[in-house]
Amino acid sequence: MWFDRLLQGFIDTFLMVGVSSLIALLAGIPLAVILVTSSKGGIYEAPALNRALGAFVNLFRSIPFLILMVALIPFTRLIVGTTYGVWAAVVPLTIAATPFFARIAEVSLREVDHGLIEAAQAMGCRRWHIVWHVLLPEALPGIVGGFTITLVTMINSSAMAGAIGAGGLGDIAYRYGYQRFDSQIMLTVIVLLVVLVAFIQLGGDRLARGLNKR
Amino acid sequence: MTAAIQRRLETPEPCPIPEPVEQTELHPDLNRAHVRFIGLGKTYNGQQGPVAALQGIDLAIRRGEVFGIIGRSGAGKSSLIRTINRLEQPSTGRVLIDQVDIGGFDEDRLVTLRRRIGMIFQHFNLMSAKTVWQNVELPLKVAGVPKEKRERKVRELLELVGLQEKHKAYPAQLSGGQKQRVGVARALVHDPAILLCDEATSALDPETTQSILGLLREINQRLGLTIVLITHEMAVIREICDRVVVLEHGRIVEQGPVWEVFGNPQHEVSKTLLAPLQHALPEELQSRLRSQPPSSDAAVVLRLQFTGSATDEPDLAALFAALGGRVRLLQGGIERIQGHALGQLLLAVTGSSLGAEELRQRAGNWAQQVEVLGYVV
Repeated sequence: MWFDRLLQGFIDTFLMVGVSSLIALLAGIPLAVILVTSSKGGIYEAPALNRALGAFVNLFRSIPFLILMVALIPFTRLIVGTTYGVWAAVVPLTIAATPFFARIAEVSLREVDHGLIEAAQAMGCRRWHIVWHVLLPEALPGIVGGFTITLVTMINSSAMAGAIGAGGLGDIAYRYGYQRFDSQIMLTVIVLLVVLVAFIQLGGDRLARGLNKR
Repeated sequence: MTAAIQRRLETPEPCPIPEPVEQTELHPDLNRAHVRFIGLGKTYNGQQGPVAALQGIDLAIRRGEVFGIIGRSGAGKSSLIRTINRLEQPSTGRVLIDQVDIGGFDEDRLVTLRRRIGMIFQHFNLMSAKTVWQNVELPLKVAGVPKEKRERKVRELLELVGLQEKHKAYPAQLSGGQKQRVGVARALVHDPAILLCDEATSALDPETTQSILGLLREINQRLGLTIVLITHEMAVIREICDRVVVLEHGRIVEQGPVWEVFGNPQHEVSKTLLAPLQHALPEELQSRLRSQPPSSDAAVVLRLQFTGSATDEPDLAALFAALGGRVRLLQGGIERIQGHALGQLLLAVTGSSLGAEELRQRAGNWAQQVEVLGYVV
């Protein structure tokens, strides 16, 4: 029975983190590209858009996740029809993860040597060629590293989501470990989380290292 | 890559036919100019107000020549060369390429133009995530060239620069010279008419510099393309350039065939830049030099400058006979640039019946500039 409960918790955590991070990945990269290319001196320079987008990203980045989650409850209900369970947690998790990841990816994209962009322009690249053939491939190792950090942070946040009824390992640890003083469950959950994070970090590091040809 | 993008790449882009500008205002000689700057200026908005990087540049670069732009750092060389492929937008004036004003080009026409102009860089600017092959292939790929043609072209160019063995390597695995060879291959992949070299050898050691310059000369002769290069090293100019301009504070202060500028630099900046190549007076000699003859048997020290404007190389026997007495060669060197002999000789003359002023005048029959430096015992 304990095993089943833990397994279910693990699957829930996995789902919450996986789905929200995947959406963050798909939305965060374009967001980061827009942030970098629209900035001053960028290939699609648009200062007004850049400032507006930057402010929007910062707004969500500055709200603590616990508060963001509660504040988003009406929005969550609108999207998934419920405020309880894994899918309800995916909404605030995604909204927290996307700006977080976008900022990290932005740093990697910004670090691409300006000389490479100049070389690409000199060889007759259009601007979207530069994004596709230069910015993204050159920043990829950094983006992979950033995504690893995002995943780990999302595991952290998903535990918080568990506390207000999202399920997952955090929920189990909170209910059994904290409210019922069952330190055995608490310990098991901690071990599980440590192992999960270690695996993600290891895999992410390896992938980033493999992609880095510098 | 998605299918949609792939399809877009394969459709050939329409090649706009640019309108030639009015010819009447140009001197017939300039009509043959490959690249021409007319009253070009560039102003940046610095923190303490506008900064003029380039002012009133008028210049014509001929087809097929190797043209050097030299100046100290901050003289405006980088800005000037970048106006040719519009990486830099001039503030005033015009740039004509094949008599076409490129000032008003939109993105489409700029892309077409840039494919006719290759460029190599001081820090190579190779894509670190791409192999040598992929780096050279990239300009073709973005131009939508079919795969078979790409393969043929990349292979041909890697062979030209001697890197066919390294095609799977990443830039990080190459030496500086090899990286620049990849840069050259990448720049030539569209068969450009002009090659821009932005301090292309400044990050390389002397030996590698020679091999890259050799490669550039070979390309210039074999493919007949116009090469415009900027550098702060006079040695590079001497090695491969036909003509040179000296830039200082965004203005042209001197220009001409390389042998002329080297043989007889007029401007302070040119002289400063040339200094490392010239033999200064040895310190030991300098300390013994007196402005007045200390004794009647003191030697007169003459400096003879050969600017390369004479048709004949200096006849030493005749020169020494004319000076009379005992002529010793203290230091000197003559080099040939573009078929002209130029350099200087430092002579010490003793036991001549002639006075210093007479010696100077006689030597003037052989050398273009003669100077009495002083007397030594």
